[in-house]
Amino acid sequence: MNRTSSFKAFAIAGLAASVAVPAVAADTITVASWGGTYQEAQTKAFFKPTADALGITIKEDTTNGLDDVRLQVTGNAVKWDITELGADECARGSKEGLFEKLDYGIIDKSGINPKLVHDDWVGISYTSVVLIYRTDVFGDKGPKTWADFWNVEKFPGRRALSSSQSTETLSVAALASGLPIDKVYPVDIDGALKSVDKIRGHIDAWWTSGAQAMQLVKDGEVDMASIWNGRAGTLKKEGAPVSFSFDQGVLTADCMVIPKGAKNKEAAMKALAMFVSPQLQANLPLYVDNGPVNEKAFETGKIPQERIKDINSSPENVKKQVLQDAGFWRDNLVEATEKFNNLIQQ
Amino acid sequence: MSAQSALLEETAGGVGEHLNAQALRADARRESLRLLALLSPSLFLVCAIIIVPIGWLFWLSLFDETGALSASNYARFFEQASYIKTFVTTFKVAFIVTGACVLLGYPLAYMLSQLPRRAASICLIFVILPFWTSVLVRTYAWLVILQRKGLINSWLIDLGVISQPLSLANNLSGVVVGMTHILLPFLVLPLYASMKTIDTDCLRAGMNLGAGPVATFRQIFFPLSLPGLASGVVIVFVLCLGFFVTPALMGGGKVVMWAMRMEQTTSLYSNWGAGAALGVVLLVVTLALLGLFRWLLGARATGVWSSR
Repeated sequence: MNRTSSFKAFAIAGLAASVAVPAVAADTITVASWGGTYQEAQTKAFFKPTADALGITIKEDTTNGLDDVRLQVTGNAVKWDITELGADECARGSKEGLFEKLDYGIIDKSGINPKLVHDDWVGISYTSVVLIYRTDVFGDKGPKTWADFWNVEKFPGRRALSSSQSTETLSVAALASGLPIDKVYPVDIDGALKSVDKIRGHIDAWWTSGAQAMQLVKDGEVDMASIWNGRAGTLKKEGAPVSFSFDQGVLTADCMVIPKGAKNKEAAMKALAMFVSPQLQANLPLYVDNGPVNEKAFETGKIPQERIKDINSSPENVKKQVLQDAGFWRDNLVEATEKFNNLIQQ
Repeated sequence: MSAQSALLEETAGGVGEHLNAQALRADARRESLRLLALLSPSLFLVCAIIIVPIGWLFWLSLFDETGALSASNYARFFEQASYIKTFVTTFKVAFIVTGACVLLGYPLAYMLSQLPRRAASICLIFVILPFWTSVLVRTYAWLVILQRKGLINSWLIDLGVISQPLSLANNLSGVVVGMTHILLPFLVLPLYASMKTIDTDCLRAGMNLGAGPVATFRQIFFPLSLPGLASGVVIVFVLCLGFFVTPALMGGGKVVMWAMRMEQTTSLYSNWGAGAALGVVLLVVTLALLGLFRWLLGARATGVWSSR
């Protein structure tokens, strides 16, 4: 075969492939999440059962968050039909008009906290920020509240907080200043910053990723830290000498959206309806420590009783925690984060 | 134009010029056009993947969140104290790490260049092997060694040298150690290559004329190795300025470098301009510093360095 005809054959094959794609795409959606064990759990809990029930193919990808969605939408190159984000990212992206409207005729929102049900985004799971301490240092008399964490005389030791999650650290700082959990929101930013100012000289490491928080505690680099409950649970399972509880936890939601211009909106809507349904939501805590967003999941009988007490979003545990207000951070994130950075980088 | 008429013109206007001067000039012009045509695909590529995106970056940095032309992305550096602090930290770390690389790398490259070929290539493997390992893996390895309950601290405590663990990680010293290790090959390799090309006859001639080993090194070897050193220093310094992973993991959030700041700013603001402005500032300052280097080191050093 000479060069021209092989080129032609190649071009025709390419053309055929590009024509064939839309026909297949009708039955295929791409869902992006955070990767790692969390996404593996979602695959088992949500994606696979949904694909089987709807007779579609669900392809998976991973995301770094709102930047990725913004890049795809503003660049007219939307790869994903559904993507996961943090709730404050959803609130910000919604303000920027990056998402498709959700159809609550298809998605049943009952059982989901109304604060996490919006025109163009809906909650999907919960993570908690909890206080963890090493029992080989404190026994069982470690710091139990954020006020204890701030009390460096009574609880001497090395400490870590998050610098990347400014919203979570500010919520924690508000709790440390003595506010009851129902008075934390709307956050008094200057008050919370004053509280951060008191502790910042005693912080030995500011973490920027969940893995880093875990490593700091696991290797004994710090004796107490703020940490996500999934990471804390993993440490405990691995046998690290640690203790944590959901008292004064900061409950943050993750959400899912359909990026504006998604190729397969209808199928995505149906899939999303399945993801938030009580039956599939009840699967999630069987594989991972992130709690279901739909409280009806606890009524399905799928989750064993002894497991329920360890789930951050069980009705019992929700009462002990502060729910991060996504709408508040949508409007205050930039200002608060710049002030926070100025303070901790002094 | 026929050759004959050209000849006539030449003789008519001929003021001591060669008869075929014009033809030669035309030939040279054609040749350079042809070379330009040959170069054009790569020029186009460089333009498309380097010049255009950088220009676009500049352009984006001039717009605020509402899409209006504004200087707000640059004004932020002066309104928020943490930006200047981060910028200063970045250059401080870059200077310290480059200095550490020179102190460690120069003797190492010198030793390698003096070893017999076989031994040198074996030793070079030890320089290159870590170079091939992932930055992330090497950074975590340093954490294992340096942290509070890491190798160094537990050895020192077991030996009774210290009673309280030293703070080696999660601060500036951790960042410097980690980055120096990662960047050392970038200094050693060009330096070694340049030292290998130094003519040993020059050194022998110096000795022959009565210079001792120290004087030979100082007056002959060292000046001849400077171009290699200069290129190594520039590579290390510039790479330092853009470092992300190592300071993020080894700095414990206390050493915030410019690249980390870029990541924060890009995710914090909804306009690309906020992050783009940080890139523009770093690029401009880096280019200015490189210009300063060239000027300080003089044409001799940089001439050899740019021909390499």
